[in-house]
Amino acid sequence: MAAPLLEIRDLVVQFPSPHGWLTVVDHVSYTVERNDIVCVVGESGSGKSVTVQAAVGLSQAKGARVPHGSVKFDGQELVGMSTRQLNRIRGADIGFIFQEPMSSLNPAYTVGEQIAEVVRRHKGASRADAWKRAIQMIDRVGIASAATRVNDYPHQFSGGMRQRVMIAMALACDPKLLIADEPTTALDVTIQARMLELLMDLQRDMHMSVLFITHDLGVVAKIARSVVVMYGAQVVEQAPVSALFKAPRHPYTAGLMEAMPQVALERGHDPIAIPGTVAQAHAWPSGCRFNPRCSYRVDGPCTTQPLPLVTRGVDHVRCARADELEATLAAVMAPQGGANS
Amino acid sequence: MTDALTVKDLRVTYPVGDRLLHAVNGVSFSVAPGETLGLVGESGSGKSTTGLAILRLIPPASGSAKLGDLELTTAGNREIRTARRRMQMVFQDPYSSLNPSMTIGTLLDEPLLIHTKMSKVERQAEVAKVLASVGLNPAHAARYPHEFSGGQRQRIAIARAMMVRPDLVVLDEPVSALDVSTQSQILNLLRRIQTESKAAFLFIAHDLAVVRLMSQRVAVMYLGDIVEQGPSARVYDQPAHPYSAALISAVPIPDPDRAHVAGEIILRGDLPSPLNPPSGCRFRTRCPFAMDICAQEVPKPTAIEGGGVASCHLHTHGPKLAGKPLGDFLKKNLPAS
Repeated sequence: MAAPLLEIRDLVVQFPSPHGWLTVVDHVSYTVERNDIVCVVGESGSGKSVTVQAAVGLSQAKGARVPHGSVKFDGQELVGMSTRQLNRIRGADIGFIFQEPMSSLNPAYTVGEQIAEVVRRHKGASRADAWKRAIQMIDRVGIASAATRVNDYPHQFSGGMRQRVMIAMALACDPKLLIADEPTTALDVTIQARMLELLMDLQRDMHMSVLFITHDLGVVAKIARSVVVMYGAQVVEQAPVSALFKAPRHPYTAGLMEAMPQVALERGHDPIAIPGTVAQAHAWPSGCRFNPRCSYRVDGPCTTQPLPLVTRGVDHVRCARADELEATLAAVMAPQGGANS
Repeated sequence: MTDALTVKDLRVTYPVGDRLLHAVNGVSFSVAPGETLGLVGESGSGKSTTGLAILRLIPPASGSAKLGDLELTTAGNREIRTARRRMQMVFQDPYSSLNPSMTIGTLLDEPLLIHTKMSKVERQAEVAKVLASVGLNPAHAARYPHEFSGGQRQRIAIARAMMVRPDLVVLDEPVSALDVSTQSQILNLLRRIQTESKAAFLFIAHDLAVVRLMSQRVAVMYLGDIVEQGPSARVYDQPAHPYSAALISAVPIPDPDRAHVAGEIILRGDLPSPLNPPSGCRFRTRCPFAMDICAQEVPKPTAIEGGGVASCHLHTHGPKLAGKPLGDFLKKNLPAS
């Protein structure tokens, strides 16, 4: 089998703070295969976005440091790579879309100029070819009358259309990997539905891989092939999407699923909230970082030692009680009627 | 029993240049004491504007909004100020709705100071009681908003709204800014508080699952109009307006085995500009089932089997569904994907 397209190994990211260097990504490892769609799920402060930004050298510009770890993209080591070399990869072999399209587009240039610039810079295309590519991409992402719309400025597009322009720009250089950081979070559900269809369609057509960061498990179920769940700067579970939803192995994953309003509705009970608040980087609890909020916690195994990520079949899970809780947690997402205790 | 809130043909307009933008285009509904009405719709549908206009935080252009027997749209400033005790609001962003320079105790004491004649000792006791009822430590009254997490701040905002025992609470996206794991804590808190307080809730949100969970009845807004309203279970399981059906089908199902099942109504195009709304039915430009009549006449509300009303020509023209939910019609007429 070919090497994975993206391989993050033991990545550590730290930010300076009044408390000293804060570890916001703590030995995170995961891989994205070729032609794969991986979703990273987590709440604010889980480190899901910073992991990806640091992997491509973007957090470092904001003052972060990467004291440990490796990020291999298509055979090249990105950690320690010069900005000049990274710039050659970012925007070309790795495309990006972010949550807020308006802040990623320059309001003073037409969208055609912005897309063409990317193509000229990375592909060395002529002005005419780059312009043609811009029109082609605007058309490909489903914006009608592409040849005239390329002359429009970002403010002349609606929110959903702007996000399509972002996708056109991110994909203009045929990237091998698309990194999408909460790209549909600010959109209405009907617009989100079309955006997800488009992304899946483009992924198949262009044979690229997608690394999709989200907090919405509904979106995950729709598009992911494998899922990485992060909590407290660590990966707590990683599994193929069907395995994860059928039988979550980490109490946090199961808790996120139970907390979803849709799940509560289908079962006809109140949503089951996870008590407490999200752990903070300056005050990680000892032992399992989820332990203060976990209803399965036992003093000792869960509260003293840092826990490793352990492979259990197709699943990787960071839980001291993963084996004994297997059946209990699987029952959480079992079809109705099965778990009415 | 009189309704806590009765809204009739409420309109809100904004001047844009020399034209009028109809943000809310004549909406009517009522909320009984102890009931939650969910108001759903996408951005630009006018759902938040409706909430603000009811509370007179922006002036309505015409129509009526009654808090019990008090007509809010024409009430004088003095009357409105007294009425504010009876109607409260919880906003989306708990970071910007609490004054950062006031302690939690002062923030919660203020409504009591303004609206009641309680003594200082009574007020302190009340603040402690309400803090405990929203799951916060009464000893935290001396702390400032920045010392709390987002979920805790929203608890404080809810406590402040409930402080004066209002008859009506307008909640505008109260959980959208919160993390998934804390969101359900707040939803459960709101459900409990409402059962205890018997206040009427107008719950405005774009998240359909959240609205359904919270509301006995729901009203669906599109471009300033209520296109369908009725009992939550009926509207969600058996929508009778194509827009409600599209909105419900667009929510991703958290189950990979069912996520790709056909039946999703993908809406083409964008929300039209409210400055230049389509003639007839405002939804027709994006409706997969639009007919000629839809461009000519504004659809009238039809009573729907199982409760509520929907304003759609499909009930009186074309397939003449006559109040039947769309279920079978969609099965026959949706292109298989």
